[in-house]
Amino acid sequence: MVQVLQIPGRAALGMLSEIGRLSLFVGQALFWLVRTPWYGRQILRQIIDIGYYSLPVVGLTTMFSGMVIALQSYTGTERFSAEGETSVATVVVLIITRELGPVLAGLMVAGRIGAAMAAEIGTMRVTDQIDALDTLSTRPMQYLIAPRVIAGTICLPFLVLVGDIIGVFGGYVIAIYQLGFSPSVYLAGTLEFLEPFDVIIGLVKAAVFGFIVAIMGCYFGYHSGRGAEGVGRATTNAVVYSAIMILISDFIITGFAFVR
Amino acid sequence: MTETQIQIRDLKKSFGSKHVLKGISLDVPKGQSVAIIGASGTGKSVLLKCILGLIQPDSGSATVDGIETVGASRHTREEVLRKFGMLFQGGALFDSLPVWENVMFRYRQNIKLDKAGLRAEAKATLAEVLLEERVLDLYPAELSGGMQKRVGLARAIADKPGILFFDEPTSGLDPITSGVINRLIRNAVDRLGATAMTISHDMNSVRQIADQVAMIHDGHIIWQGSVKDMDQVDHPVVHQFVHGLPTGPLTKYAESI
Repeated sequence: MVQVLQIPGRAALGMLSEIGRLSLFVGQALFWLVRTPWYGRQILRQIIDIGYYSLPVVGLTTMFSGMVIALQSYTGTERFSAEGETSVATVVVLIITRELGPVLAGLMVAGRIGAAMAAEIGTMRVTDQIDALDTLSTRPMQYLIAPRVIAGTICLPFLVLVGDIIGVFGGYVIAIYQLGFSPSVYLAGTLEFLEPFDVIIGLVKAAVFGFIVAIMGCYFGYHSGRGAEGVGRATTNAVVYSAIMILISDFIITGFAFVR
Repeated sequence: MTETQIQIRDLKKSFGSKHVLKGISLDVPKGQSVAIIGASGTGKSVLLKCILGLIQPDSGSATVDGIETVGASRHTREEVLRKFGMLFQGGALFDSLPVWENVMFRYRQNIKLDKAGLRAEAKATLAEVLLEERVLDLYPAELSGGMQKRVGLARAIADKPGILFFDEPTSGLDPITSGVINRLIRNAVDRLGATAMTISHDMNSVRQIADQVAMIHDGHIIWQGSVKDMDQVDHPVVHQFVHGLPTGPLTKYAESI
């Protein structure tokens, strides 16, 4: 009986220990975020990596998502004879700005940047570069982690804003050129029910997701096991746990923002 | 009598059930070059990292110039680390920075110089390790293993520290390059008048770099003496290790764990 209970008990203790270690890491990251010196070049490098180089991936993803939503909502609303042009435009813009824009951008950036951060920092760990930073009077949390967290939190809202516009444009292209809607009616439908709050909540979500992606990538890289296997596992964990945390936090923020 | 710069007392460190350091005590006199020898996995690098505060030992004491590093506050630890220069086993150069920025990494934090000034300093430091100006803008991935070690050495000595640590400085290098690295290390230590600790199991390297030798076995320092005495030691473990004999107590010990 005791032996049977040992397995879930060990798993629970392991999970609690991991949560504790992650919480400490987040606390340290936040502590060093607000302390000088800020490594401007490191922050800029991360902003370019996360913001600029993720634009094509996020743009393509949201554009095709906008197109798919336009097609799906058209075929869906046809079944109960709803007003096609207005409802398609409204559905596209609300789903993109509130939900799919931030979530898809978050997941794409988790795959692209979270994995890269974990691999880079993990490699630095196994090749003693992090210890070298320490011996060269540079705090790794301040030099490596803080710039990535700052850049992730700043860049994702901008990526999502651009992604929102491209996603809505994708829906517009399908609505006008495939479904034969009137451009002016479609645009009016797009703007009619869209409120600034929808966009703002999407951007808040994006900032939270950017923070999560950067923290997870850094955390798993920083605590990477030895050798190529350890770095590989860190990379996989960074992406998987970022994705899970993004979806959980999306649910929580949506619950707070829209359910009254 | 020579002043002790690094003093280690009863230092213990375990990883899970594996007891790596079982009570190490060692004195490193100021200006002396001490080599720590021992078989792979005996905790030589762990000892170095415990002194630097990179690994927290389970118990014991390590002082540098009388300042305790075990359990020290962040501020104290940073103050102590400023006295050190370290050459890591694989070089540990920062992949994202060119050679000159690697070499000037700590120097530029302490001395305000423009880019041209920093490059000139880097060039002069690289010349001390026999590297030419053309490597200034190369990245670590573009360098050979020997060149990476030399850049690592240049980074360690760039701001003229009083204590130098070398972790396996010749591992993975051919005998000729190893000889060059050993000579450069010895020259740098002598020129700076620094206290040095070297981790190695390359006896040629130890003979060229060190004044004193200490051997770790089974978590303890089992012998300490001068390099000159090393070849005449009767202790069977030290004798087997120093002479690289295939059979003896070390072989039995390795088979038993």
